Amino acid sequence: MPVADLTPELALLIGAVVIVLGAAFMPHSRQGWLAGAALVVLITALGAVVVQWPAAPSLTFSGVWILDAPASLAKLLIVGSGALAVAMSPDWMRSDPRHGEYYALCLFALLGAMVMAAAGDSMELLLGVLLSSAASYPLVAYHRGFAPALEAGMKYFLIGALANALLCVGVVMLFGLVGDTDYRVLSAFLAQSDRLALSVAMGCVILGLAFKLAAFPAHAWMPDVAQAAPAPVAAMLSVAPKVGAALALARLMALLPGDQGLIWLVAMVSAITMTLGNLAALRQSDVRRLLGWSSVSQSGYALMAVAVIERAEVAVTALLAFLAAYALANLTAFAVITHLRGRTDLDDYRGLARTQPLATAVLIVAMLSLVGIPPLVGFFGKFLLFEATLAADHAWLAVIAVLNTLVSLYYYLRVAAAMLFAPPEGEVSTLGRASWLAMLVGFVLLLAASLGVEGLFQDMTLWRVAAAG
Amino acid sequence: MLTVALFAPLLGALVLAATSRWSAGQARWIAAGASGVSLLALVVAWLAFDPTGALFQHVDEVQWVPSLGMAYRVGVDGIALAVATMSAVLFVAAILYPFDTRGEARQYYAWLLFMHGVSLGVFLSLDLLMFYVCFDLTLVGMYFLIGRWGHGEPQLAAFKFFLYTFAGSLALLLGIIGLYLSLDSPTFDMRTIIEQQPLAGSGAYASLVFLAMMLGLAIKTPLVPVHTWLPQAHVDAPGPASAILAGVLLKMGTYGMIRLPLAMLGETFARFALPVALLALVAILYGALVALGQSNLKRRIAYTSINHMGYTVLGIAVAASLVGGHDEARRLALTGATVEMVAHGLITGSLFLISGSLWQRTGDYAMARYGGLARRAPQLTALTVLAAFASLGMPGLAGFVAEFQVFTGTFAVYPWLAVLGVLGILVTAALFLDLLWRLFFGRLPEHLENFPDLDRAEIGVLGVLALGIVAIGVAPHFLLDVVEASASLLTGGR
Repeated sequence: MPVADLTPELALLIGAVVIVLGAAFMPHSRQGWLAGAALVVLITALGAVVVQWPAAPSLTFSGVWILDAPASLAKLLIVGSGALAVAMSPDWMRSDPRHGEYYALCLFALLGAMVMAAAGDSMELLLGVLLSSAASYPLVAYHRGFAPALEAGMKYFLIGALANALLCVGVVMLFGLVGDTDYRVLSAFLAQSDRLALSVAMGCVILGLAFKLAAFPAHAWMPDVAQAAPAPVAAMLSVAPKVGAALALARLMALLPGDQGLIWLVAMVSAITMTLGNLAALRQSDVRRLLGWSSVSQSGYALMAVAVIERAEVAVTALLAFLAAYALANLTAFAVITHLRGRTDLDDYRGLARTQPLATAVLIVAMLSLVGIPPLVGFFGKFLLFEATLAADHAWLAVIAVLNTLVSLYYYLRVAAAMLFAPPEGEVSTLGRASWLAMLVGFVLLLAASLGVEGLFQDMTLWRVAAAG
Repeated sequence: MLTVALFAPLLGALVLAATSRWSAGQARWIAAGASGVSLLALVVAWLAFDPTGALFQHVDEVQWVPSLGMAYRVGVDGIALAVATMSAVLFVAAILYPFDTRGEARQYYAWLLFMHGVSLGVFLSLDLLMFYVCFDLTLVGMYFLIGRWGHGEPQLAAFKFFLYTFAGSLALLLGIIGLYLSLDSPTFDMRTIIEQQPLAGSGAYASLVFLAMMLGLAIKTPLVPVHTWLPQAHVDAPGPASAILAGVLLKMGTYGMIRLPLAMLGETFARFALPVALLALVAILYGALVALGQSNLKRRIAYTSINHMGYTVLGIAVAASLVGGHDEARRLALTGATVEMVAHGLITGSLFLISGSLWQRTGDYAMARYGGLARRAPQLTALTVLAAFASLGMPGLAGFVAEFQVFTGTFAVYPWLAVLGVLGILVTAALFLDLLWRLFFGRLPEHLENFPDLDRAEIGVLGVLALGIVAIGVAPHFLLDVVEASASLLTGGR
């Protein structure tokens, strides 16, 4: 067995087990050390991803595990966002009596997302989704004395249970149609099998993955999680599972070239998701909820590339570049919120520019990148998305996306205006040095990505999703 | 040279934003210095510009995102050089002009410098994507300038401004991507695209690309009926920012029309030349008539901007018309349009700075609350009269040179439009005379008894702008030579 191909995943798995054991034996006062341990594990995994960066797409473990450049980049994003989230956590969790297991859960959730990104087999995909979900539920409700967190966790769990069940049904139906779960076999059989059953099965799978993406119709958990979960968890869950699920969905769509019905379905889900997320974000007076809804709408943008994955050459690049830009900006925004002790009401942000100029600047830059104002990296992500959809003759989707971008500008600017133009009110308490550092790292990465955008693209232009092997 | 012009102000902005050591006065001088360096670099570039040479000169190129075909590319033709230099003059003027920065001088001057850098980026860029990047960044800068230092309802005005013009930007972006996708080997190099004319003669697709671009640029210009963002943004913006908004930002729309649709989609523009010219005519008449109806000083000047940008668009549309046998007239119209951009920048820049001075003294824009200032403030009166006369097209001043050429060109190609358009000049004359009458003549109201005349800094700045207006009016050749060379290359002459 080519065990070495799984070094990053194994690093996370072993690290998580060690942390669980450590947490069981460590006194309460030293639980914070496990954050350091988790960081070490994540950095090791990052290194392993970089080392095994594949030149050409290949399959391993009897073909169920895909090793290609998109998968490696997705893993890089997932592990990197996990590292930032973990770096934000120790200050946040300090008051929690026991929180060593928290880091193990983070690692498991990230592992699940990585499995999704690399899955070349529908059973493995299911495994990844379930692992990621199961580890995320307790993370959301980690502050069990805090009623909104419990409610968010419950909502997340219920929607997740339904969506995961649908995914299960879809995978089982695919197995029933084909007699195998391997993508290569699937793609060979799909061309000649029963259209109706196939559409139903794929529809179920798409809906199941929509849950991980926080896309319509399984998006309702996202704003609650963003608002009530611990802020570092919100940061992680708004990024890592999405990256994995978006790539997994792209691989599935690539199996079915030219299936108009499914392309249409994904395009519609994309349009509805971004519009719904934006319209809902408009009315929020709660910054974290607002970011949650904006994160829903950003999933809609990512789906634009998924819909045209087989029809425009640039689509894979667009998807990954967009996800990278989104991940950086969203993590940075949540890092600011974490640093500000998770303050959430828009009124609490008034006049922040005078008292916390750095945090304000970081938050505004992150939001402008989310809107797609050039030359920030978010602009290049959206630019490629527009290019891909126009090249695939889906101009209507690009126009809807443009209109949505305008709407999104409105609510991001509302936050910026509150911070900049209003007079300051009261004291601002911040979290600590670790969160400050995490915020700064996010900011620097965001700016570096904007300036060095070329480096991000260089390897991507010739990437193809190695779905069919 | 151009790179210096571009980065000196940006560097200055960074210095001002990053340190808190300087007082308000020092911040102002640092800003003026950075801005002045940029202006100086452009003047040197002007002197070294060869009107008989290639279309684009002083080219610098550094790769940025080669896989997309994007790079840092700057270079100028005569049109860009004229507009960019005018912009730099206006920025130096706006920075030097005395203004109450409400205790946040560093930020104020940093934003102005930032605006200076990215505005020049629009005019000097030879890369389509870099053009777009700078085009968008000006919105960010103006948003903060209006929102933080404006008056009335500044946040609402800033917000409306941003949303409206960003919508235009996105339309422009779709157009740019459409154009980009139609190239054989995708690149954003304007020189290549102008050479290839990728969409020549390809029906509906070319029209869509053209319309998307034109919509974006028309909003920025602003052309009737997409002008509604302008009056409020102007009224609530601080005086120097209004001057920049009218003098520089509006030019990006018309300059963009010359640089993108006219140069890159010549044949498609030719098909749409008459409708665009008609819209321009509507803008001319509508802008003048609505301006006549305003009782708010700034609102009136704002609407005259719509009228004047109408002349520019008319000139561009005539230049694009490709009506056979009129090459000379089309060249004349394009030259006129460019001179109008320069003239309007200087003239309306002065007028807005002056209204800023009035606001600083009285906090009021209602013309009914003024009167009889001619005796109280003779210098203010003299400079305002000069700017107003230049704006209404008095021979011997900059506005006349521009309007004369635009209308001569139009007369050869679309005679009826020219005849109707001249009516606009008539109304403009009426409204400016009325404005002068209401501000400076008649009885002096009591609350203006102690109205101070312009101070030395204000006179200096306005004086230099006035000098420019007169110089273009009396001896326009230094400007025309440079512009005409590029205009004839673009309209297919020479």
